[in-house]
Amino acid sequence: MLFLKDVKKSFREPDGNPLPILNIREFRVAASEQVVLMGRSGCGKTTLLHCIAGISKPDSGMVEIDGLDITRLSEAGRDLFRADKLGYVFQTFNLLPGFSALENVLLGMSFAGKGVDTARAKDLLGRVGLGHRLTHRPTALSVGEQQRVAVARALANRPKLLLADEPTANVDTAHQQQIIDLVRNTCRDENVALLLVTHTPEVAEQFERVERLENFNQAG
Amino acid sequence: MNKWKIAWRSIQQRGLASALTGFSMALGVMLVVAVLVLHGVITNSFMNNSSLGYNIVVGAKGGRLDLVLNTVYYLARPVENIPYSFYQELTEGKYKQYVGTAIPICLGDTYQDFRVVGTSPGFLEDLGYGGNKYVFADGRNFKADEFFGAVLGATVARETGLKVGDTFQPSHSGGPEAVIHNEKFTVLGILAPTGTPNDRAVIINMEGFYLIPEHRTDIDLATAKQLASEGKFEPVPLDKREVTAVLVLTASFAGAPPELMAPPLIKSINEGNVAQAVTPIREMATLFTTFVDPLRIILLVLTVMIVIVSGIGILVSIYNSMSERQHEIAVMRALGAGRQTVMLLVLMESILLSLAGGLAGWVVGHGLIALLSPWIAAQTGVSVGFFQFVGYELVIIPGLILLATLVGYLPALAAYRTDVAKALQATP
Repeated sequence: MLFLKDVKKSFREPDGNPLPILNIREFRVAASEQVVLMGRSGCGKTTLLHCIAGISKPDSGMVEIDGLDITRLSEAGRDLFRADKLGYVFQTFNLLPGFSALENVLLGMSFAGKGVDTARAKDLLGRVGLGHRLTHRPTALSVGEQQRVAVARALANRPKLLLADEPTANVDTAHQQQIIDLVRNTCRDENVALLLVTHTPEVAEQFERVERLENFNQAG
Repeated sequence: MNKWKIAWRSIQQRGLASALTGFSMALGVMLVVAVLVLHGVITNSFMNNSSLGYNIVVGAKGGRLDLVLNTVYYLARPVENIPYSFYQELTEGKYKQYVGTAIPICLGDTYQDFRVVGTSPGFLEDLGYGGNKYVFADGRNFKADEFFGAVLGATVARETGLKVGDTFQPSHSGGPEAVIHNEKFTVLGILAPTGTPNDRAVIINMEGFYLIPEHRTDIDLATAKQLASEGKFEPVPLDKREVTAVLVLTASFAGAPPELMAPPLIKSINEGNVAQAVTPIREMATLFTTFVDPLRIILLVLTVMIVIVSGIGILVSIYNSMSERQHEIAVMRALGAGRQTVMLLVLMESILLSLAGGLAGWVVGHGLIALLSPWIAAQTGVSVGFFQFVGYELVIIPGLILLATLVGYLPALAAYRTDVAKALQATP
């Protein structure tokens, strides 16, 4: 499903010198596999997710998703690929405040170029327990509910891979487990591979495969 | 979820700022509409009304425009009279060969705020408006021997409440010093609306006009009043009559247009020292080209500048919101929206804001015109309604879209250039 080979990414420091962030010889996630990615702050986890999502382009190397090396795609091609094949759950939910819960989910669909499927959006929101709050704006939803909308939005386009960047970081302990269960179960139901970044050992220990970025990132 | 809805949501999200920006655009468009429609409709109306079945007005020597405004539009101060014999020269004398139709009119009296026009039955039978004959909504025209018969224009009937069979007494001149004549005229007919100054005219038999004691020149006022009180009305001798003007349609020979006969007739009359002949269309065209058109251009430039300033307001409003929307744009990009898509969304937002404000301004502009309609009609004799449009208005919508695209380009470019990775890491 996901295959990274010789991926390098560096940023420019203020003095102009390159600051290597990623240098990954090889990293794989199988179809429907659920993997936790851990690592100290600033070690490049979010940069790695951005490279996988096509938001950033690696300086070199290959990022193959579902058999396609996305580094060979144009930016517009990566945008379309991201809309179609990837789901992204952010640490801060990133729901658009002017849109209702349902519209936030439909928004994810509208960029994929396949038309919106309102029935599926409603079904997803129903599955995350928000079938009764479709028309509520994010400000009218609790933090836990907002993250559930974000999960539904990420899965709206039937992605092959879901990237979750610390999805429980802003959720209280009581709701953490709910969110993790929701993400894992929904991915399992939809046959979606999951790469989840977390700092929380209690979350990580529930996964069969836990990777620390420092162990396979030569730049770390 | 289509892009227009996404753009509209963004406008809604910044409700107050959007409303204020849209309001300023509405104000600008409202002024443009008001200037365009008022000028367009009034110009058309004046120009159309200057062809009421005649092509020349003959009256006393003096101001040419005064003569036209007085006799065609019933505006401006009354002009001097010419002898009735000059009318006879036109119909039976040396000018006969040039004249097809000649209708005398006598002005000077009013009824309430409306001008009284003393004339012959031919005014409503031989003349017309815009190629149409006059139609009676009620009653009929007065006959030549019905000395105190009258026909009311549609507006006069509506505003005075007079009906067929009612009587009324005209006043000598207007204003606070007006003297109400004792003679009562009977309404015999009411015209259907024509959209011409005649809607606001009280048309009476010229014979009755002459028989009003204050108008008689053949006998002294006391004798005239004595005769009138006894009901002894005999037509005033022709050589003792005067007319304010004669409306002339020149003769047409062998199918040639009557306008061909106008220049020699005008030249011939103007060479004399009794009267002058003017062409209403030419006088009005001169008035418009000399005074009204430049004024319209100045007004139009000012109002277009207001619209442009409103457009810049949209630019400032959207551009200022861009810094706080970087995160939102980055989220859309992360969800798969391309650079062109987010750029397009900002442009659509600008267009929607301009169009919403512009359409509101267009409706309010026409509403304002409809509200001012009675005042405009009172001042100019021209009726303007809500649904009165001018061709230039068709430019407003494409113009607004063009303006919105131009002013939306800068913020759209900012959206295009958003660094997604950086904006995503910024706190929303």
